[in-house]
Amino acid sequence: MGENERQAVLMSGNEACVEGALLAGINFFAGYPITPSTEIAEGLAERLPRHGGKFIQMEDEIASMAAVVGASLAGAKAMTATSGPGFSLKQENIGFAAMAEVPCVVVNVQRYGPSTGLPTSPAQGDIMQARWGTHGDHPMIALMPASVQESLTLTIEAFNLAEKFRTPVILLLDEVVGHMREGIVPPRKEEIMIKKRKKPTAPPEEYLPYRAEPDGVPPMANFGDGYRFHVTGLVHDETGFPRGRGSDGDYLVRRLTNKVKNHFVPMVEEYLTEDAEIAVVACGSVARSAKRAVNLGREQGIKVGLVRPISIWPFPEKAIKDLAGKVRAIVVPEMNLGQVALEVERCACGKAVVYRLNRIDAELITPDEILAKIQEVK
Amino acid sequence: MAQLEIRLSGFGGQGLITAGIILADAAIREGKQAVQSQSYGPEARGGASKAEVIISDTAIDYPKVKEPSVLLAMSQEACDKYLESLRDDGILIIDSYYVKKVPETRARVYSLPITELAREKLGKVIVANIVALGATVEITGAVGQGTLEEAVLSRVPGGTEELNRQALAIGFQLGRKQLEK
Repeated sequence: MGENERQAVLMSGNEACVEGALLAGINFFAGYPITPSTEIAEGLAERLPRHGGKFIQMEDEIASMAAVVGASLAGAKAMTATSGPGFSLKQENIGFAAMAEVPCVVVNVQRYGPSTGLPTSPAQGDIMQARWGTHGDHPMIALMPASVQESLTLTIEAFNLAEKFRTPVILLLDEVVGHMREGIVPPRKEEIMIKKRKKPTAPPEEYLPYRAEPDGVPPMANFGDGYRFHVTGLVHDETGFPRGRGSDGDYLVRRLTNKVKNHFVPMVEEYLTEDAEIAVVACGSVARSAKRAVNLGREQGIKVGLVRPISIWPFPEKAIKDLAGKVRAIVVPEMNLGQVALEVERCACGKAVVYRLNRIDAELITPDEILAKIQEVK
Repeated sequence: MAQLEIRLSGFGGQGLITAGIILADAAIREGKQAVQSQSYGPEARGGASKAEVIISDTAIDYPKVKEPSVLLAMSQEACDKYLESLRDDGILIIDSYYVKKVPETRARVYSLPITELAREKLGKVIVANIVALGATVEITGAVGQGTLEEAVLSRVPGGTEELNRQALAIGFQLGRKQLEK
């Protein structure tokens, strides 16, 4: 078999997430199993120890997020995986990780909510929660795969971004992508780029743990490597200690926000948008239905294209703004009552009419439904 | 080949999701595109269960099955519920052990003693899913028998290979007898 014809293997989105995490060099996982994310914990429980890593099932989601933060401070590449109810519980410590600048990956395989909702059914209702689930202004990176292959590659990317920006990164799957199986070709280790957090070059006695470099990110020492420092969720200065000063907060929270805002490049897939008069904006599994609808629309001579935000946070503002400048109408199908649509409306600034298509009966939106909407707004 | 859409249905615990995974695995082994998905209730056993497999020569976008051309029904409830979605020119395969009332349909119907044979010949109803898979593949030609066997053996628990190989052979034979009729 030639170099480019490696045998595809069948796996689920959750299994691919496990493969991606291992390729990214995960060495710590703490979690509390919950449908529809359980296969991620199962897979890592089996495989992580063999790769020299640690797997721990904690007493609940709050503790597992805390364990992930602690492990990362000690130098581990740490991840947890959960679904809606568990994602809610993790929010406090996600905020802590954002404030204390602790790199980590949080996988949320979205299921139907609110609360325990429909445990085995798909939804995309956690898009706003991923952005604003924890309190206070804070940066947030969240990636949304639409295929099994992308579950793997975006898990690697999530680790890289967490390490680069010293911040929690959310991998936002939905149940459809997490549980569906398709053939993928896992990359070889030498084909992927791995990013590691910056280490201090200053000696321990001169180390200021929260003094940022021009990219807004401070180098990070491992606990236990001889660098003594203080980590807190309180507003702190460059030494890491709280002084109770509003001016420190003003500097810190702006820096945290800007390190992502100014340096993160939003990720989007554009499909047949060049000459499009109508666009569909969809993410996750719904983007698959949207792609079919776009193809069916094209067969009928409708000039329609697709924009798929891959990084849902930061939202690809410029791509949507540019899109609104050239199409008449934008259709936003999503498995919630309109969350991505709010962002699309904000970015479109009234330059294109935004039509919503929402389904919350625990079924994936079909290509026919999206096509019908395209025809209606044509 | 256009897209071949297959729905395997019954109740939880019959191994239909495993059967779907094996079928998709076999298709991938043949260099085809395949997507497998499922729906099930929160309970581990009982309740309705279905697995869906799409096999195609080209990339598959929408991953769900809407109008299957092949429907396997291993419970009366599943048969009654999903028959409507089956294409008129489709194939309905039912397990006669569970589906006593054969519904009226324009599809070709194969009523097979799947669970009965698993029980009689192998003493284990747990491999009824593999018998069903063998019969389904023999009747539909969805994948090759050799690749299906490879996929079965790679996906079943260690120590059960021989049992599953026999179950598969019974399924193939069951299908062949129907085709010869």
